[in-house]
Amino acid sequence: MKILVPVKLAIDSNAKPRLKADRSGIDLANVKLSINPFCEIAVEEAVRLREAGKATEVVVVSVGVGKATDAIRSALAIGADRGILIEAEGRVEPLTIAKLLAKVVEEEKPDLVLTGKQAIDDDSNQTGQMLAALLDWPQATFASQVELDGAELVVTREVDGGHQTLRLSLPALVTTDLRLNEPRYPSLPNIMKAKKKPVETKSAETYGVDLTPRLSVVEVREPAARKAGIKVADAQELVSKLKAVGVL
Amino acid sequence: MSEPLPQRETMEFDVVIVGAGPAGLAAAIRIRQAAAKNERDISVVVVEKGSEVGAHILSGVVVDPIGLDSLLPEWRNHPDCPLTTSVREDRFLYLTQTGAHRLPTAMMPKLIDNHGNFIGSLGNVTRFLAARAEELGVEIFPGFAASELLIEDGKVVGVATGDMGLDRQGNPRGDFVRGMELRATYTLLGEGARGSLSKQAIARFGLDKGRDFQKFGIGIKELWQVDPARFQEGLVQHSFGWPLDRHTGGGSFLYHFDENLVAVGFVVHLNYANPTLSPFEEFQRFKTHPAIRDTFEGGKRLAYGARALTEGGWQSVPRLTFPGGALLGCSAGFVNVPRIKGSHNAILSGIQAADAVVGELVSGRPSSEPRAYEEGWRQSAIGRDLQPVRNVKPLWARYGIPLGIMLGGADMWCNQLLGKSPFGTLSHGKPDSACLKPIAEVTPITYPKPDGVLTFDRLSSVFLSSTNHAEDQPCHLRLANPALPIEMNLPVYGEPARLYCPAGVYEVVYDDEVAKSKPRFVINAQNCVHCKTCDIKDPAQNITWVPPEGGGGPNYPNM
Repeated sequence: MKILVPVKLAIDSNAKPRLKADRSGIDLANVKLSINPFCEIAVEEAVRLREAGKATEVVVVSVGVGKATDAIRSALAIGADRGILIEAEGRVEPLTIAKLLAKVVEEEKPDLVLTGKQAIDDDSNQTGQMLAALLDWPQATFASQVELDGAELVVTREVDGGHQTLRLSLPALVTTDLRLNEPRYPSLPNIMKAKKKPVETKSAETYGVDLTPRLSVVEVREPAARKAGIKVADAQELVSKLKAVGVL
Repeated sequence: MSEPLPQRETMEFDVVIVGAGPAGLAAAIRIRQAAAKNERDISVVVVEKGSEVGAHILSGVVVDPIGLDSLLPEWRNHPDCPLTTSVREDRFLYLTQTGAHRLPTAMMPKLIDNHGNFIGSLGNVTRFLAARAEELGVEIFPGFAASELLIEDGKVVGVATGDMGLDRQGNPRGDFVRGMELRATYTLLGEGARGSLSKQAIARFGLDKGRDFQKFGIGIKELWQVDPARFQEGLVQHSFGWPLDRHTGGGSFLYHFDENLVAVGFVVHLNYANPTLSPFEEFQRFKTHPAIRDTFEGGKRLAYGARALTEGGWQSVPRLTFPGGALLGCSAGFVNVPRIKGSHNAILSGIQAADAVVGELVSGRPSSEPRAYEEGWRQSAIGRDLQPVRNVKPLWARYGIPLGIMLGGADMWCNQLLGKSPFGTLSHGKPDSACLKPIAEVTPITYPKPDGVLTFDRLSSVFLSSTNHAEDQPCHLRLANPALPIEMNLPVYGEPARLYCPAGVYEVVYDDEVAKSKPRFVINAQNCVHCKTCDIKDPAQNITWVPPEGGGGPNYPNM
């Protein structure tokens, strides 16, 4: 079984995003970027399947400019076998990514596409679903457990109020949720080896997909700052305050 | 620990460098440049405890380009050039509580002139240097802390990286990964001020024998985006005086650079005597001065951080080389106190160490110590920078303000005009940990409450340093005697760690806060911004800072 793992380079979960002065977006200059945590979980799961002898090859793919290679190298350090970088400038929308990935699937012919349920920068949660639709493949999103049962995949999904278990025939697409696994610490020798693993670079134009965004960003604003609270002396004061604001 | 940990794997290099700061990266770049010139392949690896290069770098910074010019002569023309704001105006203020007196430029010794220097972010300079180093074939591994010096037969033979995935008690978790041994002919320590391995090397090889004590300061910095109407590109302003008292050394810096960015910070010399002093609160109070506060009106604080710096200078620099390696940059202590700079000397020290190391390696029979580095630095540009200003800090410490500052200025003039000092070389006296007076002998300082607009509390500040540590790991702030903070430091000094720590790591909590019963010492290690002040200032020298799991600590952008 061959697994394709699309990954995204996103602003690091520990970084504090800052708006550009013209409010057109987030200022990414010298801000730490890392592989999107959900994508990292997808890579870990794919590598575990290969280590368990259930998969033969793990290929990672990312769309973006030169720095996106960092996400691919992180995936290779976890244990993926090779990478593909599709070079595209500027903002690329989920549908465009899905169309590009559909072309990669055509070329690579994987049995399983494993990817993050969403990226922590724009929280779109669209690419996986759109890709499954374009390929007309069965999909299981928000996976918290993935098992291979013969030629079928048994996936446990996290849904409101519990778990849902699905059985999918391959080829299929799965997007990962937080509890699927805890990615390993890449070791130093594996990081060094990752630098030598093959990464193929292709221009997005060669795929014949229209990259023009269909949405325009009007303005990006920060959430309003929380107002300072007050200290109340006793329960009585609390009740009267709550009544005053109409909660009680 | 329940069972012994597995053996470490080993990797071999010619040179291993600890710390991807300006010194370490300069050494790495210079070694690869020289290797290419000599048609030799010299393998260089750099380990960096920050999650990425620059994540733990914090400095003002006004950069004297002498180091960069020597290392990468074409750096100014590079498309990613990290320093683009030239110093246009240089102001030096003496502050009283309400007044600000500008020192005439003509009075300032040329030694401390900022003409020709650049304002920027040292973190971004290191990001730039890291990219150049990788182009030259240097292996850089961020997220890996060097936690142990490997010493065999009295010689450093490399370092070991820390284990990852240990729980609070030090037992391996499910995702445990054993550290690696990185072995090398030479190990260069560029950890910055009070580096944990450098401290061990200095003690193990007696590198400070016959030298003065190293002295330190703590620098606390904020990055602001200011109202464009209040922005003055290229303005460099320093101050001394208020809010510190006459006997406490330190001062502020305030630099306008890039697009509407202002780097503002405050340095307090760690030889301060009053245990109720809080460097963090002094900085917050400084911003409220009538001559200062306007700059921040309508602005927004973007980032926060703190770092100890060396201040001992010429007389405190330890022996730089030891069997198997050398100290670089602030691991040795090359800050020029009156110029308030050290990164230029850090880069120069990396270059000089690299030249010595390459000289040994290409000789075919490398001796255990790259001695040319230790033998050469005092006659080099670093020595010429530090020697003339060597008495400024001791004079300030002895005579306070204004006399010490005036004597220091006069001494620099003598050095500039006559090439020598009437004082000879003054000693620093005692280490910073020995400078505190008991709380009973001082007037306690009380600080105003933060307003949340111009001044802030510690926790909201630490939040802006983007500090993160894996939660379940051993505490990286080790107490030699766990009872000492409560039994000795609390009654005698009021436990100063609560106040000197700029990140709120140390607390004393009581079972009953009102009655002050059953005090306990709490270490919130996850807040630690890796400034090392506790390791320096604790009066009993009871706290040892060791690196936490790699990748932990602050994530400074543009600092």
